[in-house]
Amino acid sequence: MAGNKGRGRAAYTFNIEAVGFSRGEKLPDVVLKPPPLFPDTDYKPVPLKTGEGEDYVLALKQELRETVKRMPYFVETPEEKQDIERYSKRYMKVYKEEWIPDWRRLPRELMARKKCKKAGPKSKKAKDTGKGTSLTNTADVLKKIEELEKRGDGEKSDEENEEKEGSKEKSKEGDEEEDDNAAEQEEYDEEEQEEENDYINSYFEDGDDFGADSDDNMDEATY
Amino acid sequence: MTQAEIKLCSLLLQEHFGEIVEKIGVHLIRTGSQPLRVIAHDTGTSLDQVKKALCVLIQHNLVIYQVHKRGVVEYEAQCSRVLRMLRYPRYIYTAKTLYSDTGELIVEELLLNGKMAMSAVVKKVADRLTETMEDGKTMDYAEVSNTFVRLADTHFVQRCPLVPATENSDPGPPPPAPTLVISEKDMYLVPKLSLIGKGKRRRSSDEDATGEPKAKRPKHTTDNKEPIPDDGIYWQANLDRFHQHFRDQGIVSAVANRMDQVISKWVGQWLSGIFTYLQMWPLAYSQSQHSRVNSDFQFTFQTQTSSEIVRTMLRMSEITTSSSAPFTQPLSSNEIFRSLPVGYNISKQVLDQYLTLLADDPLEFVGKSGDSGGGMYVINLHKALGSLATATLESVIQERFGSRCARIFRLVLQKKHLEQKQVEDFAMIPAKEAKDMLYKMLSENFISLQEIPKTPDHAPSRTFYLYTVNILSAARMLLHRCYKSVANLIERRQFETKENKRLLEKSQRVEAIIASMQATGAEEAQLQEIEEMITAPERQQLETLKRNVNKLDACEIQVDETIFLLESYIESTVKRQ
Repeated sequence: MAGNKGRGRAAYTFNIEAVGFSRGEKLPDVVLKPPPLFPDTDYKPVPLKTGEGEDYVLALKQELRETVKRMPYFVETPEEKQDIERYSKRYMKVYKEEWIPDWRRLPRELMARKKCKKAGPKSKKAKDTGKGTSLTNTADVLKKIEELEKRGDGEKSDEENEEKEGSKEKSKEGDEEEDDNAAEQEEYDEEEQEEENDYINSYFEDGDDFGADSDDNMDEATY
Repeated sequence: MTQAEIKLCSLLLQEHFGEIVEKIGVHLIRTGSQPLRVIAHDTGTSLDQVKKALCVLIQHNLVIYQVHKRGVVEYEAQCSRVLRMLRYPRYIYTAKTLYSDTGELIVEELLLNGKMAMSAVVKKVADRLTETMEDGKTMDYAEVSNTFVRLADTHFVQRCPLVPATENSDPGPPPPAPTLVISEKDMYLVPKLSLIGKGKRRRSSDEDATGEPKAKRPKHTTDNKEPIPDDGIYWQANLDRFHQHFRDQGIVSAVANRMDQVISKWVGQWLSGIFTYLQMWPLAYSQSQHSRVNSDFQFTFQTQTSSEIVRTMLRMSEITTSSSAPFTQPLSSNEIFRSLPVGYNISKQVLDQYLTLLADDPLEFVGKSGDSGGGMYVINLHKALGSLATATLESVIQERFGSRCARIFRLVLQKKHLEQKQVEDFAMIPAKEAKDMLYKMLSENFISLQEIPKTPDHAPSRTFYLYTVNILSAARMLLHRCYKSVANLIERRQFETKENKRLLEKSQRVEAIIASMQATGAEEAQLQEIEEMITAPERQQLETLKRNVNKLDACEIQVDETIFLLESYIESTVKRQ
């Protein structure tokens, strides 16, 4: 082997004929790039199975995909406000039935915050008063609590609305113009307010986002 | 979890539950179990949305939770369960073939809702069935609940773990999360319900107008402060049982392909031999006799006896054998004889011959475990899955690399370990081409290479290089590719639909207009006018789109069949090791 090296021949420690190269044949070049994304195939794929069963499953699959979108479990992302409100959008909304999860089966922390606070003492009280309560009894109590909570929530949101309206009125007091436009303006104000809030939230909550943005800017600058 | 699997999970979650749930779900799959606050922080999603997403995921059994020491609840995603969403259409279709439309709708509702109480399922299904029926006819609750009971008896649906009855003795604050318990013996126990009533038809013409009276009516009948009879008992589809059914079907059809064709071919040859012999004496054997005898024999032998025997054996052990057992419970030939379907008249003797034949087959689908009771037989489920997986690998190689590569592959598979020179010789393929093929399969990881050095320095000239097929790792590799293919298929389908979104919306609108005009009784000319709103090229484009989407969907379903086979093989092999 030492002799091989000395004479400048390819220093293979094995017989390259064993892997299919004849003596003196040029070895293929080293490949330095990844294989192509869509390589040519030597063999075409066989056609898919077809039949009554297959067709039915296919129809089922497509139908299921549509049904799933109408289920209450399909959580839609809150849409960002568009510049132009499309009239047709109002009619595109799909009707969904409401889904009330069975809170007995879920961790308490998953209930909305306000609900938890109220539920705590009340459920305890319920337990203290009726020690030998059966399953159905507690279920009733829980249901009642849920109802109360819902009512509570509704009130809460009402209050919020009132607050908002109040603030708007304050702002309106300054520039009382035409009463006809008041409604429009109200809407407009609301949007603006929310957007402002959104911006502030994202700015202060997460430092990371900001950092990423600045990185991007720097890249652009160097480009 | 490989990247391909995570990608597929993400696409499936997104299609089923929207983007927020997808975000939370994928985060959980990537990071393992996490508490609520951490999820919200890491994904940058508001707490309310995280809560909602988790509720959805738990409802669909895709996430489980666990209470840790300090009362922290951690949520964990069930990745393999998420992938099962791809198979929903197949589960539903299976329920249809076994329990007709009612079974189909029951399973569909359970899959769509994750878990449901039996009374809710029965009501919903009865309503849905009533809507599809002719006017004046309704579906009885009792009928639907009968089907439900049958599904539970055959274990296709099962109870979800229960919240234990109230623990009043426990002082202090209630636990942060309920602990769910499974009671094994009640798993398939249907609560006694007296569901009386009929499916209600939703009137299409007066949806909103009669909203009030409709809401009132059920209040009078059922909801009148009366507690739901099966409150808290939730049911889910038992996917393992469905898988067992798929597996059994696969085994039966494999036996049918292998044995029955061989036997019928062999019988056919034997018969034609006899007939040619008989025909030499035309007087003794008339043509009419010939055809009659021929058809009789054909009937007896071509009705796929051996697959029917295997099917019977599998059916007998459906419930007695757990879905992950390597063997079925031993069955005596007498038992099998008694359980053969009625009207299947083969004699005990013929049955025994078939069983011996099946037990002698080199594939070893059926094994003999003893001699008592006229011979005890088992079905070797593990072997059967192995053979099916190997056949899948072989056919993949045949379709990707051609039949000569498949020959080399089978050769290596059969001889276990081969040196390169031996491969070239045995396969009877020119050395250079054989090397090329072998290396191609090696680089694609279908074939693996084992070094055995003669000296400790691993010098290539003094080392044996043995080629071998590791079926398990090849199956894993193929499975991974299947996941990737499905993810690609879904992405392609989404792309195609997105590209043509405007067109699709337009056609939907036009269809809606036509439907409403037909309902009000418009003239033919008007309808045609509206139909022409979609131009000819648009129509063509829509058709192309539909064809493409159909093809992609069909591909997804069929790749999933391969995925199922490979998964069950890997699962059964890993369990045995």
